[in-house]
Amino acid sequence: MIRKGLALTLVLGACLLGWGAVAGAQEPPTTTTTLAGAPGVPPAPGTGEALQGTLQYRNADRDNVPVEGADITVETADGQQVTEVSTDEDGKFRVDVPGPGRYTATIDPKSLPDGVSLVDEDRASLTVTVNPTQARTVLFRVASGETPGARTDNVFDKAARLAVEGVSFGLIIAICSVGLSLIYGTTGLTNFAHGELVTFGALMAYLFNVTLGLHMFVAAPLAIGCGVLLGFGLDRGFWRPLARRGTGLIAMLVMTIGLGILLRYIYLYQFGGFSRTYRQYSLQTRGLEIGPVTIVPRDIFTLVLAIVVLVGVALFLQRTRMGKAMRAVADNRDLAESSGINVDRVIGFVWAGGTGLAALGGILLGLSEQVSFLMGFQLLLLMFASVTLGGLGTAYGALVGSLIVGLFVQLSTLVVAPELKNVGALLILIVILLVRPQGILGQSERVG
Amino acid sequence: MDIQSIIQNGVESAIGRDAIVYALAAIGLNVHFGYTGLLNFGQVGFMAVGAYGVSISVLEFGWPLWAGVLLGVGAAVVLALLLGLPTLRLRADYLAIVTIAAGEILRFTFRAAVLRDFTGGSNGINGFADDFYRPNPLGTGDYGFWRIRFSQNQLWVILVGWTLVALAVLLVWALMRSPWGRVLKAIREDEDAVRSLGKNVYSYKMQSLILGGVIGAVAGMMLSISAQSVQPDNYGTATTFFAYVVLILGGTARILGPVIGSIVFWGFLSVTETVLRQAVDQKYIPNSIMNSVQVGQVRFMLVGLGLILLLVFRPQGIFGDKQEIALAAR
Repeated sequence: MIRKGLALTLVLGACLLGWGAVAGAQEPPTTTTTLAGAPGVPPAPGTGEALQGTLQYRNADRDNVPVEGADITVETADGQQVTEVSTDEDGKFRVDVPGPGRYTATIDPKSLPDGVSLVDEDRASLTVTVNPTQARTVLFRVASGETPGARTDNVFDKAARLAVEGVSFGLIIAICSVGLSLIYGTTGLTNFAHGELVTFGALMAYLFNVTLGLHMFVAAPLAIGCGVLLGFGLDRGFWRPLARRGTGLIAMLVMTIGLGILLRYIYLYQFGGFSRTYRQYSLQTRGLEIGPVTIVPRDIFTLVLAIVVLVGVALFLQRTRMGKAMRAVADNRDLAESSGINVDRVIGFVWAGGTGLAALGGILLGLSEQVSFLMGFQLLLLMFASVTLGGLGTAYGALVGSLIVGLFVQLSTLVVAPELKNVGALLILIVILLVRPQGILGQSERVG
Repeated sequence: MDIQSIIQNGVESAIGRDAIVYALAAIGLNVHFGYTGLLNFGQVGFMAVGAYGVSISVLEFGWPLWAGVLLGVGAAVVLALLLGLPTLRLRADYLAIVTIAAGEILRFTFRAAVLRDFTGGSNGINGFADDFYRPNPLGTGDYGFWRIRFSQNQLWVILVGWTLVALAVLLVWALMRSPWGRVLKAIREDEDAVRSLGKNVYSYKMQSLILGGVIGAVAGMMLSISAQSVQPDNYGTATTFFAYVVLILGGTARILGPVIGSIVFWGFLSVTETVLRQAVDQKYIPNSIMNSVQVGQVRFMLVGLGLILLLVFRPQGIFGDKQEIALAAR
């Protein structure tokens, strides 16, 4: 049994590794993902010091439009002109500078196309420090008359739109985190690699959908199937043998972190740091208008599918023998075992099912946003916030907590800058632990 | 293969800035995880408040460097209190989740564009460390032997850095053989037993969190001062996990574990990276398998794989004692 699980894991791993040659060949040029690296990572050799950047604005459809032909002058700190360049058709520019030091880049507002202007006129001239071998990015913010803000409406309309987005996001988090909560409940393991299981589903779907050219309706089930196999393989081939050896839970927890890093950088290695979209992504017809809210068919589909899946999960947990057994093991493992439940089998099911759900969540997230190697890790902390809020280890707690976190994250952008929206969710996590550490649905236990 | 440059890079990394910074960060983690059994996954948060504390107070407030250092230490104490208050009474994994979240909160906040005037946003802050380099007694020039050369500023960082590491080691050594340290170790082994002896476990855990956090903040300061810049994305979760690998590699709950771990870790990473880079440059490894960008990513895979293999096969690291590691369930 262990052999079989290990073989499965190996096959899946080989599958992922063998895909680099295909996926690597078609890297789209633009959007890069910010990567939180560790210090001491040396820059690629052979690249000299430079200033670079991309000039683009967002139109009313929230698509990025490059600005071509804008003139940018680069001077050294003492006012000597290095060169003057114009942005190319992708809005990109790059100036090789003579060495490390301080440089001033100035954009000529008059060279911008009609209707496009600088967001902040005071920032037409930017002074930056270029470190050795650094290609320093210079950011000029430009906007056209028809910025996303132009579609402004009153606060209630905006809140309604954000609430719909929040529910949709919350449902996706819920699908991803049911597995996280159940794995914790049945095994006691806090799985810090769960985000990578989410990414796995999204990347597998990308592999089937874009690299192999299958339709999304075929690619998604295949990817979920791979997720189920991965979960099963991880349990049989890795965690169960470790538990047999008597490895402690804290050691396993640290191992999940190692596994997470390993998987994340295998994804990056094979997939590159770019964000991509699925093939049927652009299939957007006119949206459905309900009051102030416009929903495109893709989002309605996501919403309905998420609800159907979650109701299905709830029914499964409530009605079937295996579902009841899962809740029993999560509630009290020893009692469940002594009443004749095959705990190992239940845990195997939880891993397989939880990873399958995480894969589905990853696909839905990839549809509503984009696919990148970091997407799962970025979601991980929100998942932790959700399951802690709902009650770590309870099945329904993950659902309740996810909806609250999803809504909160989206609605908080009414007040705070969008880049800080996740901060709010993580602050809830800390407040919840202060007030009600067992979560909304959890039972209090005597601690400390 | 250029064996000389492989050895040169290995030695320079093993005694250079990264080894110092991670030795300090791991000494702090050793107080948390090794001696007290606290799962702090947000050590990078302490490093970040140390680094930003120094740089903001020097550049924005115009304070002298020593005042900035004090502010950074103070910020680390406040952060430890904030993290510890809700979590130290709870199960171990809650502290893990909250600290990893806090580290990310800090990074998001420091790189937020709305705070750009204060923190420099995603570009960070540059050029605040002049006060550090001014008392440098070394004259301008290259120092070192064979091919291993350091500029006077690099050597100054190395001298001060290893002095700080030595002081931190001495401090931890003295504290851990004191009655206070024995209580910490007892908490790691059996919290309830310690509580039944009338010790205030919560307070001891908090003191441990603060001590380790302050050492972590000093690590962050060394990192920012030696680079003369603070970049928010250098303070991501990966930094904490690097420090964990350093700690477990050297040996948890051993005084010199983090120091040896850091030297071995950075020497090893640098050697593998130089070997791979040369192999890629000279086409021993075809570009279809690995290109020069991917070489940098191999380091992270090695760290992840190393963490798993260490814990499976040698959880006590190089020097550790299996009996002294808090890896069992609680």
